[in-house]
Amino acid sequence: MEQFKVVIRRLLSPDVAETFEKKVTEATESQEKRKFTLLFSSIPRLTGKQVMDFSPEELADLKTSRDGFDPEGWTLDRFCRVYLLMQLDPSGGEQAYVGRVEELFDAAEVYEQVALYSALPLYRFPEAFRFRTTEGIRTNITDVFDAVALNNPYPSEQLEEAAWNQMVLKALFMQRPIYRIYGQDQRAGATLAHILSDYAHERWAAGRTVSPELWRCVGPFLDEKLIGDIRLLLKGNDPFREEAAVLACSDSNNPEATEMLQDYPNLTAQVQSGVLSWDSLGKNYDLKR
Amino acid sequence: MKFIDPHVHMVSRTTDDYEAMQKAGVVAVIEPAFWLGQPRTAVGSFKDYYSTLVGWERFRASQFGIRHYCTIGLNSKEANNEALAEQVMELLPLFIYKEGVVGIGEIGYDDQTAAEDKYFRAQIELARETNMPIQIHTPHRDKKTGTIRSMDVCEEHGIDPLTVIVDHNNEETVEEVLNRGYWTAFTIYPNTKMGNERMVEIVKRYGAERMIINSAADWGVSDPLAVPKTAALMLERGISQEEVELVCYKNALEAFGQSGQMKEEDWKNATGVDQTQLFQGNSVLRGGQKAKVDPNTNIVKN
Repeated sequence: MEQFKVVIRRLLSPDVAETFEKKVTEATESQEKRKFTLLFSSIPRLTGKQVMDFSPEELADLKTSRDGFDPEGWTLDRFCRVYLLMQLDPSGGEQAYVGRVEELFDAAEVYEQVALYSALPLYRFPEAFRFRTTEGIRTNITDVFDAVALNNPYPSEQLEEAAWNQMVLKALFMQRPIYRIYGQDQRAGATLAHILSDYAHERWAAGRTVSPELWRCVGPFLDEKLIGDIRLLLKGNDPFREEAAVLACSDSNNPEATEMLQDYPNLTAQVQSGVLSWDSLGKNYDLKR
Repeated sequence: MKFIDPHVHMVSRTTDDYEAMQKAGVVAVIEPAFWLGQPRTAVGSFKDYYSTLVGWERFRASQFGIRHYCTIGLNSKEANNEALAEQVMELLPLFIYKEGVVGIGEIGYDDQTAAEDKYFRAQIELARETNMPIQIHTPHRDKKTGTIRSMDVCEEHGIDPLTVIVDHNNEETVEEVLNRGYWTAFTIYPNTKMGNERMVEIVKRYGAERMIINSAADWGVSDPLAVPKTAALMLERGISQEEVELVCYKNALEAFGQSGQMKEEDWKNATGVDQTQLFQGNSVLRGGQKAKVDPNTNIVKN
């Protein structure tokens, strides 16, 4: 909380910072619902919506405040809204607390939704927001989806397998950068690997492509069928696909995969030296599109 | 030329309409909260409707390069269900400060009943407290009386006429609304309200100051291109470009811009933070798909 305050004070002009703090205190001390709701809605009018410019120290400090928390690229109104949400009073018990958050969700416009989903890892009673998270994954509004799925530790900590798999698949469907999904390597699984393989085949059948990042979730589970997909990737001289295939084989214990690597000594060496990784591939692919 | 359609019910329109509007030069629309063609029976229906106006519809418009704003209010028809109206009034403060809300509207009279009067006044008070412009729907029947009464009531509540947009005017009401200092809006709507040939004559006679046109296109037979079409007709029939710009763009921006929620930069500055955020989505146009279906072929590309 203190880290949030410091950054807000630095980025707002002194009089706006003072007004904001005063309003936050009014809304949180009284816990008066209407005051809180109106402040939550009107924050952009007070703070503006500029993308935040963190110093490296500030960002490091904020990241340590909560495992996996990463506000890089946030706008100031989003940050201030999350700061306000952190001050919802939990003393009335789970039902009252969750009810307040759900009420805000129910009437939220796009950017309020973004803030509300961004705050998922910071709410009390975290297990109570699992269904809400799946609602966020169902959205077709990119910014809202991103707030749930990207750089957010909540889904990997709380979602059950089917919901997690749905999120990763939807992220690919919406052409989102997979490397920004927090905790994905820990949550990888054979079921998801096969769902994604089927998805790739469906896209190929329609003459479309898939993101090379898809294979990140497949590599550790290469079996007879999935190895066939990797072979297909290596055809056609697409550098991204080749890199993805080599990375996937490097993640696999399957002897056939190890054998395939022998035909790509340069890329394999890059993987071993760390020059080529799923993250670097994801970033480069993101820049390209 | 750029256009604003400051009264259009986009939730009832298709993506073809959005695309045609964008091609015709419409850069921004304002969607007043209205009824849905039939009365709602539960307060939750109002809440979800308002949420759609500030949420999905706003996003959908952005996919076609159009900025979407709305006005929030309890319409006069449904104000007559008092039990429900009370609950809706509780809901309004939740939405007034939402992003893209540029006023309270469309409110006013339909049958001019006591209940309509009660909730019209309550919403005028809400506009006063929150410094929001008011978008007034004038009645289809007994229009002249209803229009005058709407202005009388605003003045009784100490509202500045320059923060009020009086909508659906015609030849019978224009003079008094203009003379009393209100923004004077006209709805170009096939068969009812105003035709655009009549509109041209009205602008010739009364000038462009505080004059605004809109389509009020909705679920009925209506024309979402009414604003650009009328602009073209005005130019064709000798009204100056400057005046056409006032009637079809600038006046609406000035009137609703008083909310602080609608600025020319919103659409001029396509690289602004806000626009990038809204435009990066691809859920209406999936995977870079172009929405337009070529009329000369039976193949639907996907």
